[in-house]
Amino acid sequence: MLDHKGTVPVNVQDTNASPGATPILELSGISKRFPGVLALDDVGLKLYPGSVTALVGENGAGKSTIVKILTGIYQPDGGTIRIDGSAKRFATPHTATLSGVTAIHQETVLFDELSIAENIFLGHAPRNRLGLIDWSAMHTRAADMLANVGADVDPTAKLRDLGIANKHLVAVARALSVEARIVIMDEPTAALSHKEINELYALIESLRQTGKAILFISHKFDEIFKIADRFAVFRDGREIADGLIDDITPDDLVQMMVGRSVDQIFPARQHHQGTEVLRVAGYCHPTEFQDIGFSLHEGEILGFYGLVGSGRSEFMQALFGITKPSKGAVRIDGQIAVVRSPAEAINRGIVYVPEDRGKQGAVIGLPIFQNISLPSLSKTSRAGFIRLAEEFALARDYTARLDLRAASLDQDVGELSGGNQQKVVIAKWLATRPRVIILDEPTKGIDIGSKAAVHEFMAELASQGLAVIMVSSEIPEILGLSDRVIVMREGLMVEQFERDELTPEKLVRAAADIGEAA
Amino acid sequence: MNMQRLMKSRELLLALALVLLVGGIAVRFPAFASPSSLGNVFNDTSILIILALGQMVVIITKCIDLSVASNLALTGMIVAIINASAPGIPVAFLIVIAISAGALMGAINGFFVWKLEIPPIVVTLGTLTIFRGIVFLLTDGAWINAHEMSASFKALPRADFVGLPVLSWIAIAIIGVMAVLMTRTAFGRATYAVGGNPHASVYTGINVGFTRFAAFIISGSLAGLCGYLWVARYAVAYVDIAGGFELDVVAACVIGGISIAGGIGSVAGAVMGALFLGVIKNALPVINISPFWQLAISGAAIIIAVALNARAERTKGRVILKKAEVV
Repeated sequence: MLDHKGTVPVNVQDTNASPGATPILELSGISKRFPGVLALDDVGLKLYPGSVTALVGENGAGKSTIVKILTGIYQPDGGTIRIDGSAKRFATPHTATLSGVTAIHQETVLFDELSIAENIFLGHAPRNRLGLIDWSAMHTRAADMLANVGADVDPTAKLRDLGIANKHLVAVARALSVEARIVIMDEPTAALSHKEINELYALIESLRQTGKAILFISHKFDEIFKIADRFAVFRDGREIADGLIDDITPDDLVQMMVGRSVDQIFPARQHHQGTEVLRVAGYCHPTEFQDIGFSLHEGEILGFYGLVGSGRSEFMQALFGITKPSKGAVRIDGQIAVVRSPAEAINRGIVYVPEDRGKQGAVIGLPIFQNISLPSLSKTSRAGFIRLAEEFALARDYTARLDLRAASLDQDVGELSGGNQQKVVIAKWLATRPRVIILDEPTKGIDIGSKAAVHEFMAELASQGLAVIMVSSEIPEILGLSDRVIVMREGLMVEQFERDELTPEKLVRAAADIGEAA
Repeated sequence: MNMQRLMKSRELLLALALVLLVGGIAVRFPAFASPSSLGNVFNDTSILIILALGQMVVIITKCIDLSVASNLALTGMIVAIINASAPGIPVAFLIVIAISAGALMGAINGFFVWKLEIPPIVVTLGTLTIFRGIVFLLTDGAWINAHEMSASFKALPRADFVGLPVLSWIAIAIIGVMAVLMTRTAFGRATYAVGGNPHASVYTGINVGFTRFAAFIISGSLAGLCGYLWVARYAVAYVDIAGGFELDVVAACVIGGISIAGGIGSVAGAVMGALFLGVIKNALPVINISPFWQLAISGAAIIIAVALNARAERTKGRVILKKAEVV
């Protein structure tokens, strides 16, 4: 069925009447609002028995929100969930499980220190007459389950000793043990090797044979076209299209994913490229990335696009001295620079605003002014002693520039909203007077108003001659702000685009490894 | 509420509790609140204060040092042995030895935490036993008694200087130094950052492991200094001195509002936490209450302090949940 809200370019047929199909699970009119953002806007989704439905969409499309609603982690603000035609409410993850919904996540949520059998039967272990766990029954049944999913492992072994692929199999065995009928797989292949992926495909095939409805979330087009029967596309929290995979081509899917109404306005920028600040050549890491090389100029915003796990952040961490590269050279202002620690990077004028604000950004518990001065204490100290007046002056200066809203500068950072915390983190870095600023997912998880402010600010930084590296998974942001874009995939630089040759399609193709449009 | 004000009010609360405690005792025994008696309490608590200040730095970096009392016993024994066998060596030199030996023991703790990334509670639980074991190896369990120590060795902590014993003056000096260190130096600031958010500290260019290493050296050095002070003041050194005292030190910190989770705490809090325990310990014998009550009251104080701190944290959480952006 076509959704009236999207423009679907091709001949997607009405597939509602596909043979023998009444959906096991049917979502309709589901909405979910978070403060400042409508994550899901009146979406529907149908899952059919013995069928794999691929859920496709860019980051922020609402895929993970729908998974969380299906597994009882979030409650929808509106809409209905029907299983076999009767309305259900998943108040807790447990009720979702009882209704036959189970999810296998990217990082398996299992227990490393327990045995495989215990993992499979946790919460519903077979009991003997005394009400104690019947270990021999548990081990026999676990062995059966594992044989069913084709996992050649000992049920008494600890989960810790398994590889990721086998852990997935255990998760599937667990799903089977609770008699799940609806299996959600959230990017299950993201961390698997080739062989393991093929094993997973075989497993999905056998689940399909036994009549399970499978929701398969993936960014990888090759696997979507290989294993899915149906597709559903989400974009910006809306349902764009759904139908049979056989009716569409990868090009159609790309179109549906990215074709968006431009509702975000980006600051107009003139690209004055100044002198070269940073040149990276042949940067390698034994396991994370290989042969990264580029140059960066004053006044430039260089976008780094790629899927999660493509090695963008890992490269940035090496550039910033947190991890060690195995090979390669960095030149700052033409001089070879060896950066062995973050402190050295900061001294050389490179700063890194990391992705996870909570974990890696602000120090909750310290007041705003102390957060801002933290990397600049040598500037606000005399003879080793901090001068409070200078520290406050520094903080006041940079918070004013960023229009930070706070009661006072000695307020705890933890009391600020996400957007304002982000401003504190950025102010902290600007106060070090950097030459190169690396912003990793600068607007992830903040509301639209704060996003616009951050974008404007990035444009202003560049216009002041700072060289900006922006790591982002959001296509509009990459398109709207970058002068140049480097696309990474599986630890390699796969494409480089100038601003005027950028299109969303090219980005998605390069990141997901799809050939040129036919 | 603003964090600075929260901290201040937390300390205000503690000060209030301390005043009420002393006031309550003074109602029945007015002599307890006389300046000379309070001076005695302070002097009696000096060693606990010094150790609590060292422990505070370690706890703020999200670690713990359980080896302080054993460190104290070992350094105390070392200086006592040196003094007994070579009474001519000046006391000032012995103090330098005590601080150095303590610092070395702190460095051992810090090294394991920094370079081998072993959890601090495990490392210091190990060294707690090892350091005290070494005291036994040094002496075979023998005591060094007052008559074996030189007069100047024993006299220093008790010597009167402008109305207060030198021991009290040393505690006061260390309170001052630590206050400046924690609030006015980059190192002090780094300890809060490391404990409050280790990940963010890495990105800020702070060497998390080294900061913790340094915190252990501070704790060790102060424990070493206390080793001399303890042995000289009580004029005896043996294997079991200050046995279990590390728990009093940690208790003083907890009562003083220093968060075991790291990143929160102040010099004033640590000092008052130690004084609170000191007052209880000194007052109860005076008002003829059994030592059992002393333990019970200390225990209750710890739980009340932690509960109050936890409540303060919760209030903070609620503000975020309401998305009440403070303008």
